[in-house]
Amino acid sequence: MKPLAFVLLAVASGASAQSMDPTFIDQKHAAQVTGEQIFQHICQGCHMPDAKGAVGAGHYPALANNPKLAARAYPVAMVMGGRGGMPPFGMLLTDAQVADVVNYVRTHFGNHYSDALTADDVKPFRPPTPTPSRGH
Amino acid sequence: MANETSTASLTRRDLLRMIGLAGGGAVMYQAMSSLGIAAESTYQRPPPLQGTGKGTVLVLGAGLAGLVAAYELGKAGYKVKVLEYNARAGGRTWTLRGGDTFTELGGHRQVCRFDDGLYFNPGPWRLPYHHHGILDYCRRFGVTLEPFLQVNQNAYIYGKDAFGGKPQRMREVQADFHGGIADLLAKVAGKGGLDDLVSKEDREILLESLRQFGGLDAQYRYVQGPDSSAHRGYAKDAGGGPDGAPKFSKPVGLSDVLNARLWTGLGMAEIYDYQPTMLQPRGGMDAIAKAFVREIGDGVIQYDAKVTAIAQDDRGVTVSYEDTRTPGATRQEKADWCVCTIPLSILSQIPIQVSAAKQAAIAAVPYMSSSKVGLQFKRRFWEEDDAIYGGVTMTDLPIGMMAYPSHGIGTKKGVMLASYAFFLEAYEFTSLDPETRIRKTIEYGAKVHPQFPEAFENGMAVAWHRVPSTLGCFGWWTDDAREKHYADICSMDGRIVLAGEHASYLPAWQEGAILSSLAAIDMLHRRAVNGAGA
Ligand SMILES: Cc1cc2nc3c(=O)[nH]c(=O)nc-3n(C[C@H](O)[C@H](O)[C@H](O)COP(=O)(O)OP(=O)(O)OC[C@H]3O[C@@H](n4cnc5c(N)ncnc54)[C@H](O)[C@@H]3O)c2cc1C
Repeated sequence: MKPLAFVLLAVASGASAQSMDPTFIDQKHAAQVTGEQIFQHICQGCHMPDAKGAVGAGHYPALANNPKLAARAYPVAMVMGGRGGMPPFGMLLTDAQVADVVNYVRTHFGNHYSDALTADDVKPFRPPTPTPSRGH
Repeated sequence: MANETSTASLTRRDLLRMIGLAGGGAVMYQAMSSLGIAAESTYQRPPPLQGTGKGTVLVLGAGLAGLVAAYELGKAGYKVKVLEYNARAGGRTWTLRGGDTFTELGGHRQVCRFDDGLYFNPGPWRLPYHHHGILDYCRRFGVTLEPFLQVNQNAYIYGKDAFGGKPQRMREVQADFHGGIADLLAKVAGKGGLDDLVSKEDREILLESLRQFGGLDAQYRYVQGPDSSAHRGYAKDAGGGPDGAPKFSKPVGLSDVLNARLWTGLGMAEIYDYQPTMLQPRGGMDAIAKAFVREIGDGVIQYDAKVTAIAQDDRGVTVSYEDTRTPGATRQEKADWCVCTIPLSILSQIPIQVSAAKQAAIAAVPYMSSSKVGLQFKRRFWEEDDAIYGGVTMTDLPIGMMAYPSHGIGTKKGVMLASYAFFLEAYEFTSLDPETRIRKTIEYGAKVHPQFPEAFENGMAVAWHRVPSTLGCFGWWTDDAREKHYADICSMDGRIVLAGEHASYLPAWQEGAILSSLAAIDMLHRRAVNGAGA
């Protein structure tokens, strides 16, 4: 079930094997989480482990073989800011992690876009800090 | 949430720590409250719609917003038809019992194996006493309510790095937190540290009140003894006979209390929305939906009808839908008016003929995540072994919070809400298959209740982003989005008006769905009676 690479990575990144449950991102090690791990822990909840999406009363788009991913900006804007049912992840992920997960999706599941993004490419997409809540 | 967490002073690490520590619990609730969830319902029982309704109305969705619209408009004289995707009414108002099945997006199918009489509310499960709208419908429709035990000082707060991972009683954490603060403040006052802030007379009253607030002794100290034990409980409870004298427990010092950070699990009962007395319908939340269906009568709600397009012109509304039992063929239904209660997560994917501003608003509200796991245990060990009768345990584990059933106390078995997670932990639970969610819940739950593995019988796991009819938990409004889009969500557009919790300032509450629906049908009715100028 658990991809081996994940477990190895967790160990390599300094987490002791016993204290790290690969099923959940340990908050302490959140900064070291890779694009693949982000996909498996977050994205696949809706887009599904095979990235083929799902259909109910509405649908989750397939990321597999998705020509919309050709434009790098599109997935970056979606991950950072959300849209429609898609929640924003800007406040949860670093620029590097957004780049990692977009790079991962754009090079897996039948997608072969090799123009990888860096953290700097992603930075401009970070939405402005919303006005602080006033409370009601 | 977004606002709370994106303020410049909060780093991402702070955010993760905050969410991690609270386990999606009190802090999340507090953050949600500041987004307007804590607003009191403005419900007043609607006067019968003025002027007799004439004409036809299509209601899309049979959650509480749709059911209220169908019931009230039907009573006002409109001919109403409801199109509902599921084979049942209620939407998020939903209860699972033995024999029920649930297939989530992705195809995993769960069969509920609860014993007769046991149930689990995967969505709404508690009602604040000030949600007058939903309580009024319960009263009118004869839905019996019983207390929902939100606050239980004998439930636990669990911090994986606090007290060696030993769960602490909420009572002790709160007593030591309040006692420590009161002791500190009394010392400051005693040293004259408050002299330029309070008068001498006020200081004396303050000190007296601190004794009461914190369980301080006659010298205003929070120390082991009768005063502190009266708050935090005893090392040995009072009894009868020769050994009847109680033994006083030893408070934890303020520095340890603060550093253990278990106080992050306190305070929910201080929040307006969770203050006693909360209520629940006897036998499951779906009793409310069922009562509406009964009152609306037969032949109004068409089930298994998936809406795929919504069009209008100056003469009427045309809604395209698919009968999911015979997929492929598109059917159409026409009416004079339309109340659309489809969640925005889904509506944003459906072609709908409304203004560009309304379309932008529909696409502007993402949906918050949440995940629940309900487990049936063969004995109520939380009552038998831990003396926990209802209430909520807070943890910083991935499972978030746990809740003990308020009903069936003293009976043999029970279904416990063994995991209730939001945000990051909920995304992670959603990413697992249901069986793994349950396995992980048992594994983590055992850290608080070692009885979990031995007493577990069966369970159901519902992650809301995989619920085919909702695609999320609730509309995640930010102040910014509200300012830009809320008016456009709520306005009537030609012959179409939207309703649902997303069109309210009570998101994630059924009351929001009800109040938004009453507002929507009021607009519709005025326009129907008075023409477009209304
Ligand atoms: C985990 C969780 C906990 C909650 N806790 C509480 C609580 O304790 N107390 C409380 O009061 N509230 C709580 N809520 C919030 C409450 O459930 C909602 O605010 C309320 O039920 C929303 O009602 P609604 O009518 O707006 O939407 P829904 O109930 O979602 O109804 C929408 C309806 O539209 C239908 N539909 C969707 N797409 C289509 C389509 N294409 N065609 C036709 N029909 C469609 C759906 O099947 C559904 O029946 C909770 C929610 C969740 C998820």
